[in-house]
Amino acid sequence: MSPESAPPQPNQSQPGQPLLEVDSLTVDIDGEVGKHRILDDVSITLEPGEPMGLVGESGSGKSMTLRTILGMLPPAATVVEGEVRFRGRNILTLGSDRRYDQKVRGTGISMVFQEPAIALNPVMKVGRQITDAIAEHKGLSKRASHDLAIELMDRVGIANPERRVSDYPFQLSGGMRQRVMIAAALAQEPEILLCDEPTTALDVTIQAQVLDLFRTMQQEKGLGLLYVTHDLAVVAQLCTSISVMKSGKIIEHGNLQRIFDEPQEDYTRRLLSATPRIDDGVQLERAT
Amino acid sequence: MGKYIARRIFLMVPIVLGVATLSFVLMQLAPGDPAAAYLGDKATPEAVAQLRHAWGLDQPFLIQYFQFLGGLVVGDFGPSFIFQTSVLELLKLRMPATLMLMLVSVIFALAISIPISLWVAATKSPTAAIISRFFTATVQGMPAFFVGTLLILVLGVNTGLFPVGGYGRNLGEHLYSLVLPGIAVALTICPVLIRSLTAALNDSLSAEYTNFAMSKGLSRSKTVTNYAFRNAGITGISILGIQVGHLVGGALIVENVFAIPGAGSLLMQSVLARDYNVVQALTVVFGVLVVLVYLLTDIIYSVVDPRVRLGG
Repeated sequence: MSPESAPPQPNQSQPGQPLLEVDSLTVDIDGEVGKHRILDDVSITLEPGEPMGLVGESGSGKSMTLRTILGMLPPAATVVEGEVRFRGRNILTLGSDRRYDQKVRGTGISMVFQEPAIALNPVMKVGRQITDAIAEHKGLSKRASHDLAIELMDRVGIANPERRVSDYPFQLSGGMRQRVMIAAALAQEPEILLCDEPTTALDVTIQAQVLDLFRTMQQEKGLGLLYVTHDLAVVAQLCTSISVMKSGKIIEHGNLQRIFDEPQEDYTRRLLSATPRIDDGVQLERAT
Repeated sequence: MGKYIARRIFLMVPIVLGVATLSFVLMQLAPGDPAAAYLGDKATPEAVAQLRHAWGLDQPFLIQYFQFLGGLVVGDFGPSFIFQTSVLELLKLRMPATLMLMLVSVIFALAISIPISLWVAATKSPTAAIISRFFTATVQGMPAFFVGTLLILVLGVNTGLFPVGGYGRNLGEHLYSLVLPGIAVALTICPVLIRSLTAALNDSLSAEYTNFAMSKGLSRSKTVTNYAFRNAGITGISILGIQVGHLVGGALIVENVFAIPGAGSLLMQSVLARDYNVVQALTVVFGVLVVLVYLLTDIIYSVVDPRVRLGG
């Protein structure tokens, strides 16, 4: 075990305290035509074990919100205002020097990226990519991290993990790669999993399997989930609450049922009507 | 893999044949005559003719060519006219110093290029970028013999830290004498190495897999070494391989500046004396060397990049 000073301890906070608070976060980015506001007064509160969907069109700031929560903004971006609190503790410093409490990454919050084909190192065995962070923090031996990788791969439903652990990403299918990434993100048992359209790059049947996996993981581990997508059908399957983003702002937030039944904003209504629903009275060919 | 290597070695045959033919033809075309050069200004035409006959230089062009090729097949480069010994003996005597110089130069080149590229790419510091650009531009503008002379003056003569020439008698002395020439040769390939390594590092540092590695909580240093540098290094290997031709050229010239008894000074002497066999032998040997390094580069590349090795 590393003698490093206290990482965020789970379950030590007061009851009723939210797991994650994004508090009036405002972020600017330097573009060709001067400063441009990409996040404008964004606030999100995630309770322990809550699965929340973050929806909106491309470029609305969903992915940027996730990256800010992880302190991984692009170099041209500056945090102008706001805080990101994990268990009540601010982890993000203002300014362009983007100081961030890196101990939260992996152990408190981790993330599943959109495209497993480019988010995994093409020249490193997948087993090592799953456990390298935890091995570094806990000083695991090669043998121990190898065994742990097999165990984690088994848990995310990868068949034959003993063999697959030594494969390179290009030897796996898209769905398998996404499972590898989920295993890597969950290796250190974080309390929050950020998902950046993790099923967009997958075909529909695999999408359903991976969504199932998210649901199982979320329920088994009581994970807080912040799930970015533009696909409301996915949100309906997975989440209990929704935040709707547009042009860098959260324009509507609420319980899943409430938003689906009585959307307050015109934009949300249009977003909902853009998603084919089985109860629309329209006969639709289902892809699955 | 074995089949691939065998095929590549087989493909070397036409390349070596081409190099051999070209060097043979060019030497024959060059003005001057080895016999005349050997006997000096005061030699009678009869004496020159006699020596030409003894060395087989009065034979028709094609006969000489095929004799040369025939010798090449069995590894016999014939005799040296001026050294009065077989060319093979000369090569055994002179090649080790040159190969050693090339090896030392590669080590210096990496020792200079890797830290500078890492410094520029990993810190994103504007100061680092300016210093690196200034360094590469300056070095690129300076030919190896000039850098060599400068090093002799500053680190050899003025401070006396390093020997100004020669090669010493044992391995320790060899390495000590090769410090300055090694730096001079290394600097000829540093600009390209630094620029391409920095670019490759910038690419891999902004790649999504590096972001994902960071998001897992992997430390910055581990991310840089295991993700960014590992991937950029693969690019670096192929660039280093391509630079070996420059390395040969640089080594041959710098040897003369530092009076190292290697193949470079041998080549210079032989060219001036029109010692055909030695020049042809050296050209072929260096040609083979460059092709072998290319092959080695490809093999290393396929070993470090699983996508090539396993056919991804």
